[in-house]
Amino acid sequence: MILHPAILALVAGSAVTGFMIIVASWFGLQIIRKWDLSSGSEQQLGLEKKTYLISTVMAYAFGFQIISLFLFIHTADSLCSMFTGAMCAAGTLAVNSYGYPVFILKIANFLFAGLWLTLNFTDNRAEDYPLIRKKYFLLLLIMPFVLAETVLQAVYFFSLHADVITSCCGSLFSSEGKGTVQTFLSLPVGPVRALFFALAACVTASGIYLYGTGKGAYLFSALSLLSFFVSALALMLFISLYIYEIPTHHCPFCILKREYHYIGYLMYAALLCGAVAGIGTGMLQPFRTIGSLACVVPSIQKRLALAAVILYLIFTLFSAYKMVFTTFVLE
Amino acid sequence: MAWTDKQRNVIDFTLSSLLRRKGKNAALVLVYTAVGFVLASVMLFTHALKREAGIVLRDAPEIVLQRMVAGRHDLMPSSYAGVVEKITGVSSVKPRLWGYYYDQLFRANYTLLVPDEFRYGEGDIIIGAGVARAGVTSEDNIMPFFGSDGKLVSFRVKEILPAESELVSSDMVMMGEADFRAFFNLPKDRVTDLAVSVANPLEVLTIATKIRQQLPDTRPVIREEIVRTYDAIFDWRSGIMLVILSGALLAFVIFAWDKASGLSAEEKREIGILKATGWETSDVLLMKFWEGMVISFTSFTAGLILAYVHVFFGSASLFEPVMKGWAVLYPEFRIVPFIDFYQIATLFFLTVVPYTTATVIPSWRAATVDPDAVMRT
Repeated sequence: MILHPAILALVAGSAVTGFMIIVASWFGLQIIRKWDLSSGSEQQLGLEKKTYLISTVMAYAFGFQIISLFLFIHTADSLCSMFTGAMCAAGTLAVNSYGYPVFILKIANFLFAGLWLTLNFTDNRAEDYPLIRKKYFLLLLIMPFVLAETVLQAVYFFSLHADVITSCCGSLFSSEGKGTVQTFLSLPVGPVRALFFALAACVTASGIYLYGTGKGAYLFSALSLLSFFVSALALMLFISLYIYEIPTHHCPFCILKREYHYIGYLMYAALLCGAVAGIGTGMLQPFRTIGSLACVVPSIQKRLALAAVILYLIFTLFSAYKMVFTTFVLE
Repeated sequence: MAWTDKQRNVIDFTLSSLLRRKGKNAALVLVYTAVGFVLASVMLFTHALKREAGIVLRDAPEIVLQRMVAGRHDLMPSSYAGVVEKITGVSSVKPRLWGYYYDQLFRANYTLLVPDEFRYGEGDIIIGAGVARAGVTSEDNIMPFFGSDGKLVSFRVKEILPAESELVSSDMVMMGEADFRAFFNLPKDRVTDLAVSVANPLEVLTIATKIRQQLPDTRPVIREEIVRTYDAIFDWRSGIMLVILSGALLAFVIFAWDKASGLSAEEKREIGILKATGWETSDVLLMKFWEGMVISFTSFTAGLILAYVHVFFGSASLFEPVMKGWAVLYPEFRIVPFIDFYQIATLFFLTVVPYTTATVIPSWRAATVDPDAVMRT
């Protein structure tokens, strides 16, 4: 293990977050089993008080989660000098087989956390907590992922030993060789680029439609989800090339570096938050029929749609700007 | 803008409420600041040292070739340079002459070396600022040395190296090749090691392997390996410091927990009255959130600023020996101030996150208190 301050911070922070989620899930389980709003018993009053605790704990835990995603990437990046052949976070994550699973879990947990907070926010807007069982059930589903992340991250860092020869990002994300990432990177640029911009247009159009009429939430949600994956692929496949101005460099981590003016933070934040807002609209759609939420849900959906459209547009327009105003030519 | 107005009002109330209990909160802020200060000092200092090491090593040769005899570093035959020069990809090979000398008079170790071009004559030396300080000497003075045969040799100090390069040149004594060989009684066909330059960084490993094959009694030391080792050592040192300090951190968390859960009767009454006048539990929680934010922000920033001053203006005098290592002629240098988001985020996870976690349950207990129960007591 490498005794690096940031590693200690991440492991300790994850342990704290994991502990918070376990506490919240334990109380959540009690609420799922014993919640009865019509009762005035002491137990019910206690449970009602506990909902406040869970909301607070989860808001903090998920807030930490968001910061830890970027700290994790940055730590992996700054550790690369310890591994022969690793030139950025891509190489450090490939040092052992836990690096990439942790990274993917962190992104998934970011999305889950955002969606849970959206659901919680909606539920708290109604007088009678109509979604209380559903949201705590969702919390129980999220818990294993967060705990898995905590454990895998600790294992990843503890089994890091300086000096192991690893692939550098140049070979890992190049379009030669075999593997899942390479399969995606060997896709033809033209169709993916067309799909990327077409989806951006569809997301914008359906988002504006949803904002105006309050209809089409499922469609918008599905398009947002699809657009999230296509945008991530596009980022690695061709947007990164325009940013780095190197025809073989597909690394998704180097854009977080100082050389590229930390632009990656803006792009990832826009993409991730946009995905949460976009998917959130579809998640809330079934609850429109619940009496106390009938007027709450549409207004929240509209705001989410607007946020998602703006965030996705930031990502798309920035990518387009980089592709148009550069001296670098791909074909 | 109702939302921002509400937050502003709650912050306003929180601040005045915090100021009403100055003593209790000042103690908390003080301890919090101290914890932040120590942790931030460790991190800022190691990071700065790593940067300095990186800058120093940037101009080092790609490969340093040493000869090993019986597992020990030994003098190298000059003929090896010709062998290495023929390897494809090697752009230049420079034989180097250097060694250490213990000065019995001033009880310090010097690094003696022969520079590529020595512009003074026989019997002249150039010395580093640390040597000048230790030997209480100045330009045009005579410096006595004891040669390998035990006889006294005197050199004339021609120049003292500028203070800017002190980190590398503090303990340095530079002299001509003839003086060096005579002083250490070194055979003519031997050098200390070889500095090998490689034009393409991707070929360094391959060339190092080829050298090992052709000259099996040598050890190529690659620059990247040195950088990596320095990184590992500094990280390890700061990690060890943090592990030791984790006891203090734990004590701080317990202190924060205790402060947050030990509500005074007055505070309880205050919350009871707030709730009786229409504040909801969520509003009280919001107030508690801002309370934590104000305390964390104040202490975190104060700790960070103090650490910045300590490290970059006070040369981290509190734990300099632990982090830097120790030597008699240690260079006096002021490290270049450097701080980034990454260090702040790490520090945030080491201080604000534990504090927030420790106070969340006590805050919730305070916020869910029943107004009538409080007012009746």
